[in-house]
Amino acid sequence: MTKMLTVEVNPIDCYLRVDRIPHIWCAGCGIGPAAGCFLRAIDRAGLEPDKVAVVSGIGCSGRVAGYIKLDSFHTTHGRALPFATGLKLGNPELNVVVFSGDGDIAAIGGNHLIHSARRNIDMTVICINNFNYGMTGGQMGPTTPLGARSATSPYGNFEYPFNLPYLVAACGATYVARWTVLHLRELERSIAEALVKPGFSFIEVLSPCPTVYGRQNKSPRGLDEMRSYKERSIIRDGADPKDVGISLDGPIVVGKFVDTERPTLWDCYQQMLDRANKSKKR
Amino acid sequence: MKLWRKPFDMADKAPNPVKLHIDVDRCKGCGYCAEFCPRGVLEITGELSPKGYDMVRVVDESKCLGCGLCEAICPEFGIYLITEDKQVKEV
Amino acid sequence: MSKEEVLCGEFFMNGDMACAEGAISAGCRFFAGYPITPATEVAERMSERIPQVGGVFIQMEDEIASMNAILGASWAGVKAMTATSGPGFSLMMENLGLGIMLETPCVVVNVQRAGPSTGLPTLVAQGDMMQARWGAHGHYEIIALSPDSPQEVFDLTITAFNLSEQYRVPVLLMTDESVGHMSEKVVIPRINQKKLVSRPRPTVAPEKYLPYDSREGLVTPMAIAGEGYRFHVTGLTHDDMGYPVMTAEAQDKLIRRLVDKIRLNAKEIIRCEEIDIDDAEVVVVSYGISARIARYAVQKARGEGIKAGLLRLITVWPFAEDRIRELASKVKAFIVPEINYGQMVREVERCAAGKAKARLVSHMGGGVHLPETVLEAIREEAR
Repeated sequence: MTKMLTVEVNPIDCYLRVDRIPHIWCAGCGIGPAAGCFLRAIDRAGLEPDKVAVVSGIGCSGRVAGYIKLDSFHTTHGRALPFATGLKLGNPELNVVVFSGDGDIAAIGGNHLIHSARRNIDMTVICINNFNYGMTGGQMGPTTPLGARSATSPYGNFEYPFNLPYLVAACGATYVARWTVLHLRELERSIAEALVKPGFSFIEVLSPCPTVYGRQNKSPRGLDEMRSYKERSIIRDGADPKDVGISLDGPIVVGKFVDTERPTLWDCYQQMLDRANKSKKR
Repeated sequence: MKLWRKPFDMADKAPNPVKLHIDVDRCKGCGYCAEFCPRGVLEITGELSPKGYDMVRVVDESKCLGCGLCEAICPEFGIYLITEDKQVKEV
Repeated sequence: MSKEEVLCGEFFMNGDMACAEGAISAGCRFFAGYPITPATEVAERMSERIPQVGGVFIQMEDEIASMNAILGASWAGVKAMTATSGPGFSLMMENLGLGIMLETPCVVVNVQRAGPSTGLPTLVAQGDMMQARWGAHGHYEIIALSPDSPQEVFDLTITAFNLSEQYRVPVLLMTDESVGHMSEKVVIPRINQKKLVSRPRPTVAPEKYLPYDSREGLVTPMAIAGEGYRFHVTGLTHDDMGYPVMTAEAQDKLIRRLVDKIRLNAKEIIRCEEIDIDDAEVVVVSYGISARIARYAVQKARGEGIKAGLLRLITVWPFAEDRIRELASKVKAFIVPEINYGQMVREVERCAAGKAKARLVSHMGGGVHLPETVLEAIREEAR
């Protein structure tokens, strides 16, 4: 005889601040599924939830910190990474996760992104890329594809966007991956890998933004963008990050692009301490 | 599901019974669960939930495999399924 | 702390180095900074000393990152400090506001130089005093200290840490290039650990803990990351739970508490040095390096028979309003020598409320006042 578990609540509620649900994200927004993948990845990676700290920036993606029932910090625009750096160096036992949007991390936070990757500080960055500044009404950002419409590019974006995996890999990140929110299982697995891997892990998550980006670019329903992910995405693990730029209607290359080893900031710091204390003893 | 050759143990390997729970207060009618369910278990009804969103409902629970895609893809954490071997975590 | 790690004894060092040593004596174990004249020596000294005491030094990519890094470290439970000068101080403003909003204990040192903009990078000024008070956007209250010697830099750095932990607010140490680069004897005493203050810790179980529990008073207990309190804090206007609340009521309650926790405790926070005030007819109100010149001028004035006194502001913010108001009815004039075109004199004038004159003796920066200039002003007002 099968015995059914009677459960009144969604099992994932144990990780959510249910007193703040329903959240502010729009119907069809991909941030919810991305956050869900992260929460399931915590268990999958076998982490101790008390030691996981979430730092987020400003924007729709930044609101993730407020809905997750872990030690969480909602900081200023673009500055989640240096805050997370201080947090991690202050207590290296913490498992620090940064949730940030494309504008937050690559425009105003761009300097911190390249330096954090350069240092290979041990943290996991989940960059939710919806190709615009969603919360402020859909303005173009550093990842908006060439030609896309937005609130500040009404005649079509005339700037080349960042190829984030390429940027971050070039700066020295040791784990770089990109998935769309449709690739749920791969994303969850990727986040779980990144959480336990020492070093700077960067996961770009492409998300629909039906209310602003999608609406301005002929995909008014979340389903439209999700269907386009399904059509256009190709999984190429190990692809050269140089080749994974995104255009308005070209293929979307997803996968795990970089998975290498390099001493982390803390490893190098320990080596330096050895040198410092050796010279003191002399 | 079209099978070219029936597995010998097909009779023993029936999918575990699954119960789907839809939280009508959370659902915002985005349609992802209905669109991406591999078995077509869910559909958007066209009726409105108490909050004014398009409601999703279960068409045929017996077709559900318990894959959990709907649970993972729902942006609202509004649908979840329970199978007999699922652990519920206390945090 | 072992004897070898924390210095103890008499030393000959400059203000910047004294600042670094003061921080280490106070228990600071995290420093994030960026090179900027004339504060670079603080970072250099910290880079050498903090690894010796088991702390972390990191040179961040800019001052904005430095400010954020010390906030993060403070939330990990570590006493943290950064040091900069004018241009960096301006960059840090937004996130100083974050520190105030999150109520994060930390110390920010501004070794002032002449501005605005690049100004005179290697020369002294005191032009950031109002910025220290109002630099971040929004309305808030802050604590700022102003030392007048390397010894006092050492002492006030420890005071800064204690105040920041006690009131859960970033504390600004407003030194200047003169004090920072001058070398004098600094006596480092054996630090009494019990005198060092640490932030109030939660006394309830994690399930009952609220990050900003107003029932606990104006200064609320602070949890740190990794201990299971599962708190959420945000720079958005928030309630006792730390959750963002977008209402005027929440704003009113929060701003009042953030300001009142300093303002209502001003008497405990404010520190001044008074010389010959009791019968003074002319009081020189000064701070930092200018106070050293003022001290000499007051001495000389007394020698000439003028009833002059010195009120040296050690805490510049909160401002010693009550003392000025008190003195205003007794003195003919306040003389305020400062190395700017009139910043703290405005506060003196405001508090004097017309009962006594507030006279500015200004120097635009790049050097310090000549004692004769201050003395001349004293003579004129005493007539």
